[in-house]
Amino acid sequence: MERVMLKCRKCGRETPEDVLKSNWWICPGCGGYFRMSARERIRLVVDEGSFRELDPAMLGGNPLDFPEYDAKLEKARESSGERDAVVTGYGKIGRRKCAFFVMDSGFMMGSMGTVVGEKITRVFEYATENRLPVIGFTCSGGARMQEGVLSLMQMAKISVACRWHSNAGLFYMVVLTDPTTGGVTASFAMEGDVIAAEPGALIGFAGQRVIEQTTGQKLPDGFQKAEFQLEHGFADFIIGRRKMKDVISELIDLNTPRERPADKKLPK
Amino acid sequence: MNAYEKVLSARAADRAQGTFYISRIIDDFIELHGDRSFGDDGAIVGGVGYLDKRPVTVITMNRGDTLEERMKRNFGCPSPEGYRKALRLMKQAEKFGRPVICFVGSPGAYCGITAEERGQGEAIARNLWEMAALEIPILTVVTGEGGSGGALALSVSDRMFMLEDAVYSVVSPEGCATILWKDAGRAKEAAELLKLTSADLLRLGIADAVLDEGGKSPDQVAKELKKLLISSLKDMDKIRISVLLASRYQRYRRIGDLWNG
Repeated sequence: MERVMLKCRKCGRETPEDVLKSNWWICPGCGGYFRMSARERIRLVVDEGSFRELDPAMLGGNPLDFPEYDAKLEKARESSGERDAVVTGYGKIGRRKCAFFVMDSGFMMGSMGTVVGEKITRVFEYATENRLPVIGFTCSGGARMQEGVLSLMQMAKISVACRWHSNAGLFYMVVLTDPTTGGVTASFAMEGDVIAAEPGALIGFAGQRVIEQTTGQKLPDGFQKAEFQLEHGFADFIIGRRKMKDVISELIDLNTPRERPADKKLPK
Repeated sequence: MNAYEKVLSARAADRAQGTFYISRIIDDFIELHGDRSFGDDGAIVGGVGYLDKRPVTVITMNRGDTLEERMKRNFGCPSPEGYRKALRLMKQAEKFGRPVICFVGSPGAYCGITAEERGQGEAIARNLWEMAALEIPILTVVTGEGGSGGALALSVSDRMFMLEDAVYSVVSPEGCATILWKDAGRAKEAAELLKLTSADLLRLGIADAVLDEGGKSPDQVAKELKKLLISSLKDMDKIRISVLLASRYQRYRRIGDLWNG
């Protein structure tokens, strides 16, 4: 059987897919991070056998009858094997229960339409009802234009559900992966109690070409990278893949609401 | 007017914007400046005043009128400090129990290096998150071009009203045409497809009412808008804040929920 070779976008080296799969999707040559599918992310982070998917059958349509959108969706479904750009569910990370969403850049660049909005909203609702933390992995080109203003409103919809989850005293951690941009950055990607970013990930609001065209300025080196966000105070830390599971698990534990011993005593 | 003509009309340099409506609707307006952290963004104007003797906080995007003023106000494209100023004023309104009225009309959030350095995405996200649970009524009036996340950051509300010729969209028609077809010249086509007119927004359940502008002067529109704002706030006076927040939740919850019915 012929091995599928994948090329590193950073150093150009080609590596067999199965080697990458057992190496956290990290380039053996330069240590650069490959993008991975939502299912691969779940395999690497969620405890084996604990994953239960939520809304696996949810299937979107073409709410505004946007031309060519049906064909684009069909093509994305075929090439990715997913029904839309996010996989949601619950399970355990390092033996700690949580709900999670994982966006998939392999599906129309992880763009957010009504299905992505609805599924992520439902994760927050599920977690609020079941008193669970939410762990989210973002990667998205932003709102999905073909769903027009409906996709824009998903930013508000998820944010409202996220806020209610927070008001219930529950923990939300988000891991920003390459790329996290546009309407996703301007909503739930930046609403975590803890915001982590994968090394080298592109994270920003406006697209780089748009900024160059609008301002006529040359963008500085490292602009909108994870390290840039850390430096400017918009990420708590950079998180490597090998330690990710342990760090998430510890943060879930640290951010479980606890009663102070003095408050546990019944009043006399 | 077709959709693209509406876009052009919403953008027109001489179109009345939020500051005009504030001057006609709000008595004894006092402008409050600055985000208390970085600076004062001229693209967003906020302050306090009376709506028919009732204290309110009002916030508007502002493109400016003269060329000099437009430069100063960055053509109405807010920077992160503008959204943070808006949020500061909203939290102040919450503290003193006054409703917030936001006016939306801007090409969108500023796309620049400085805006990214100061967290444009975070600033917008924070507003959405905070407005979701702000314990006072919030009303939004779209007066001009409501563009993308930058408009949404002043739009999470209990009621959203649109002037007839205002538009509200996920992306500008030019931007959409460039991305989809690599041809900004097809903006007219994109405008139709994006469903961005006030009639579209009403039909999609995002706008609650549209104010007729046909043959009316901005002064007449202002009078009608004032009546609508007063009566909307009176209606909300009868609703307990916990109920208001729950219905704000539902208002967004149902958008694009195509699976439950």
